[in-house]
Order: sequence, then C-alpha cells, then structure tokens
Amino acid sequence: MGGPPSTFGQRMTRRLLAVFTGAVLVFLVAPIVAIVPLSFSSGSFFQYPLPGLSLRWYEDFFTSSFWLPALKNSLIVGSAATALATVLGTLAALGIWRARFPGQALILATLISPMIVPVIIVAVGTYFAFAPLGLTDGYAGLILAHATLGVPFVVITVLATLSGFDRTLVRAAEGLGASQWTTFRRVTLPLILPGVASGAVFAFAASFDEVIVALLMAGPGQRTLPRQMFAGINDNISLTIAAAATLLIAISLVLMGVVGWLQRRGARLQRAG
Amino acid sequence: MLPLLLFVALCFVVPIGMMLSHAIVDPDIARILPNVTAALRTWDGRDLPPEPVYAALANDIRAARESGTLASAATRLNYDVAGFRTLLFATGRRLPSEVTGPVRDALVAIDAKWGERETWAALRRAGGPVTDFYLLAALDLRRDAEGSITGVRADERVFRNVLGRTLWISAVVTLICLVLGYPVAYVIAAQPPGRASVLLFLVLLPFWTSLLVRTVAWVVLLQKEGVLNNLLLSLGLVQEPLRMIFNRFAVYVAMVHVLLPFMVLPLYSVMRGIPSGYVRAAVSLGAAPFTAFRRVYLPMTLAGVGAGCLMVFIQALGYYITPALVGGGDDQMISYFIAFYASKTVNWGMAAALSIMLLTTTLILYAVYNRLAGVDRLRLG
Repeated sequence: MGGPPSTFGQRMTRRLLAVFTGAVLVFLVAPIVAIVPLSFSSGSFFQYPLPGLSLRWYEDFFTSSFWLPALKNSLIVGSAATALATVLGTLAALGIWRARFPGQALILATLISPMIVPVIIVAVGTYFAFAPLGLTDGYAGLILAHATLGVPFVVITVLATLSGFDRTLVRAAEGLGASQWTTFRRVTLPLILPGVASGAVFAFAASFDEVIVALLMAGPGQRTLPRQMFAGINDNISLTIAAAATLLIAISLVLMGVVGWLQRRGARLQRAG
Repeated sequence: MLPLLLFVALCFVVPIGMMLSHAIVDPDIARILPNVTAALRTWDGRDLPPEPVYAALANDIRAARESGTLASAATRLNYDVAGFRTLLFATGRRLPSEVTGPVRDALVAIDAKWGERETWAALRRAGGPVTDFYLLAALDLRRDAEGSITGVRADERVFRNVLGRTLWISAVVTLICLVLGYPVAYVIAAQPPGRASVLLFLVLLPFWTSLLVRTVAWVVLLQKEGVLNNLLLSLGLVQEPLRMIFNRFAVYVAMVHVLLPFMVLPLYSVMRGIPSGYVRAAVSLGAAPFTAFRRVYLPMTLAGVGAGCLMVFIQALGYYITPALVGGGDDQMISYFIAFYASKTVNWGMAAALSIMLLTTTLILYAVYNRLAGVDRLRLG
C-alpha cells in the first residue's frame, strides 16, 4: 500500500497489528502442529523435548484392535455416505437449476437444513427413529445419517457451479438430436464435474469428522475413528491418539488440496466455457 | 430432485419431527391407566375425586401390574412428582385383589398421598394426549394443583441455568472471535495476493482439520502433565502445574480455536472487496487515521461482522463435543443435556423439549443470518 507518508504512530499501529495477527495465527496452527511430532516420540508422555524418535505409536495404531477397525469403518461409512449424498445432491441441484417452480425456496431450505440444525438434534432424532427399525445395529443407519449431513455440501457446490453454466449448451445438444441422458453425460456432467467432486470431498470430510451421530448410532462393530478418539481421550490416553490425530491431519490436508485443485480447475473450465 | 427430497424427508425431517413431537405428545398414561384417565376427565379438581375414580385407579393398577407396564407409568409420573414411582409400586403391591368397602379408604390407608388433591392433579395432567409439562420443565416451570403455571422449587432449578450458560458461553466465544478475528482479517486483506493466500492457508488449515483432532490437541496441550505445563515448569514460570483443563477457561480456548476461522473468512471476503482508495481519500481530506477507519472502513465491514458473529454464535449454541471433553461439570451446554436425556435416562420428552429450545433459537438466528449473507455463502469459504 502506497499512500501518504506514514507517521510514527501509524507505523507502530501497523507493527502492532502484524504482531497481533502473527500471534493469532500461531494460536490457530500451533496446537495442530504440536501434536504431530509427539506421534513420532519414542517416549510415552506428552512432553517436549522428545526423548527420541520412533514409529512405535504408528505400529501400535496399525496393529490395534481399537484403532484399525475404526479406520476401516470410517472409510466404509464415509465412502458410502459420500456416494449417496453426491448422486442425490447432484440430481437435486440439477432439478432446482433446470426450472423455477413454486415452493422452490422452501425445498432448498429443507435440503440445506442438515447443515444448520445442531448435530445433537440430528443424532438424537435419527437414533430415535432408526432404533425401532433395527437400523442402529449395522452400517446402514450411520451411512444414511451421514449422507443427510453431506447432502447440503453437494447441493451448494453443484448449484454454485451451475450458476456459471451456459444453458444454451444443453439446448444446442438437444437440438442436435442428443437424448436427455446423453446430453447430461456428454455435456452437462463434464462441465459441472469439478463442482460435483468438491461437493463430494466436503461430504466425505463431513462424514469423516462426524462424532456425535457415531456416538449414538454406532454399535461395537461400526465405531469410527473420531468416535474412538472421543473414547480414547476419556480413559487412559496414550500417544497412539497423537498418531491417530496425525493421520487425520494428513487426510485433511489431502482433502483440502483436492478441493483447492478442483476449484482452480472449475474456474478455468468456466472461463473456457 | 424428488429422490433427494424424499431421502431428506425420510432420514432427516421425519425422524427429527417424530423425536420433537415427544415434547408435547404424552400417550403413556392414557394407554397404561385408561380407566382412571377417562374418569378423571370429568373431575372438577376442587375436591378429591369421587369413589368411581378410585375404583378405576385400583383396577388400572392391577391390570398394569399384570401386564408389566406399571413401571413406565411410574417413570412418567415420577418426572412430575418425585416419589410417585414409590407410591405407585407400593400401592400395586399392597392392593388386595378384591376390595371390600370404599376403595378410597383402602387406597388412603395404603398411602395418605391418595388423599391429597395434588396427587390426583398430577395424574390428570399426565393423562395426555398432549402435555406442556416438558416444555414448561425446560424453563424450570410447572403446573400446580390448580393448573396455573409456577416456578419449580429453587433447589430443582436446572434448565434456566443451562440455557443461560449456553447463551453466555456462545456470546463470550463470539466476542473473543470478533476481537481476534477482525484485525487478522484486516491484515490478511491488506497483503499482496501471494502472501495473503499463504496466511489464508494458515486459517484454512484448522478449518479443515477434524474437530476432534483439534479438541484432542488442546487436551494434550492443557492437561496437567501436558505440553504447556511442562513448558512453563521448565522455564521456571510456575512452581507447580497450573490447572488449565476441565474448566471454563479450557472451554473458551478450545471453542475459540475451533470457531475462529468462521469469523475470519467472512470478514476477509468482505474486506477484500473494499477498495483501499476510500480510506486514503478520507485521510487526504484531513481525517485522522483512526477517524477514517471508524467512519469509513468499519461501516463497510459491518455486514461481514454480522455474518461472522451469527455464524460463530449459531454453531457455538449447539456445541457438545468440545465442552464435554475439555470442560468441567459446570461448563456443559444444552446439547450435553439433550444427549444425557436421550441416551442415559431415555427421557424422550425432556430431550425433545430441550431440542425445541435449541432448534428454535438456532432457526431464528439463522433466518437473520440468511437475510444478511444469503445461503450460498454458507461455510464453504
């Protein structure tokens, strides 16, 4: 920023602001960064400096009957819920985009509501309704509940992508004799794919991070990673939880990178289209 | 679109609706003790009920005892009047299979409470099919024998305290987030694009990291043998470990950490859209830098302030995991009690009534947010 020559007071203000910002950013990042090296400690306490480096806590994680099945469960529930949310959410977004109709605002609000309603209410409500149906014993109930939580992300990202989508392309394809399905597969889908994919990533992250529904609904066979972390921190807390946390941070970084890449790609496609 | 609407309806709207309806639907007593419920409908409530009502109660208790449903009736009545469970069970046990003489005398002989109007008023209140008992209870209110609304006894007041605490914690967290987030968003927005995106990454990293990982990280940092205490001890700043966890301090720290990105991101997106020329124009027209900020810059960011504050406040209201893990007994918020009633004591009425309180507040605030920011800008920053 150029501007008029700054006084001593202004320089001090600017410096103070920079220091303050630095401190807040450290506050934001430090706890996450601090837990990573601990997972490589050869000791067994949450202490710096590390007594030495080892992979023993990762070994513990990958051989444990407490953690490993939880990782598997998280992946199963996350993928299934994401698939369900992505297919249904994309179709819904297309339906809303295609034509205006009465009650649209209300329907959109309903589809978005799982994002706004406090998760504890979602959890208690689905538990209440699913338990008598026997849906709380297997994966089904958890997958359905997580899919509803993922739906708003897909609807929002796909609608955002569609807002920059040129409708004449669809009309051109149909005018050239393509069927509705072919038009969707060959014209619409490739163009909105970045939006669909980042919606799917958000939905997966939502499921992968979710703990309250999992606490209520998951039987012993479906405990997910966050649910085990919740349990693991209450009773004897070992450094394996640092290893689990580090793995989750790594997964978050990957998901974050994927969304960033998709958003840049989407922007490029829209400029081209 | 139809399949999703059906899906969301079946897996989301209907279950939650069913659960919430338990706050007012109250069919248990009418089902388990049908005769006395029907007989009490014509009772004027001024004197003790007439003999046929007593006879109906005796029959109902016998029948419920045989079918094994007396326990759930006792549970429901005990919510309203402590001691009703014992009363019902003792009566069931000592009731002869054939009463000679007036049933009223027999029942009062078993327990004098059957000779009190309040006992019968409670029974009538629970007769359904709908009740305001749970909703009133969620506000520490109840109906007395005359049917008018009064406060519960001072030592039984819990929920006003919990609601107040939930609002207070959310407000404090929102305020701290604003105080920390505003300058940060301002500084990031003033950076050249390259450096801004690096700094933004530092805000987005916690935003993407699992909530549980961040909460666990704070437990690791703050606990008695944790990283922070060890650091302070080895630096000689403290002589013995500080108590930094399982209290309100830890709840504020961890919640601010989790929610701060939701404040910074909307503020940043508003601030980035403000041309720097406006403030410079004000300064060159003679305004002191602070005046220029207060009169020109600040008003233009108010929409972002409103959106960020509402977003943080709405989310804070429903917090469960973080206070449960880093807070103490007196730091638990309303969600904790919803989970408690749903999973520990299986009191759906109470869980539903508290859910209605939380949901109503959330939806009202969300409507305000929607006016301010629009749904499409939600959360995906």
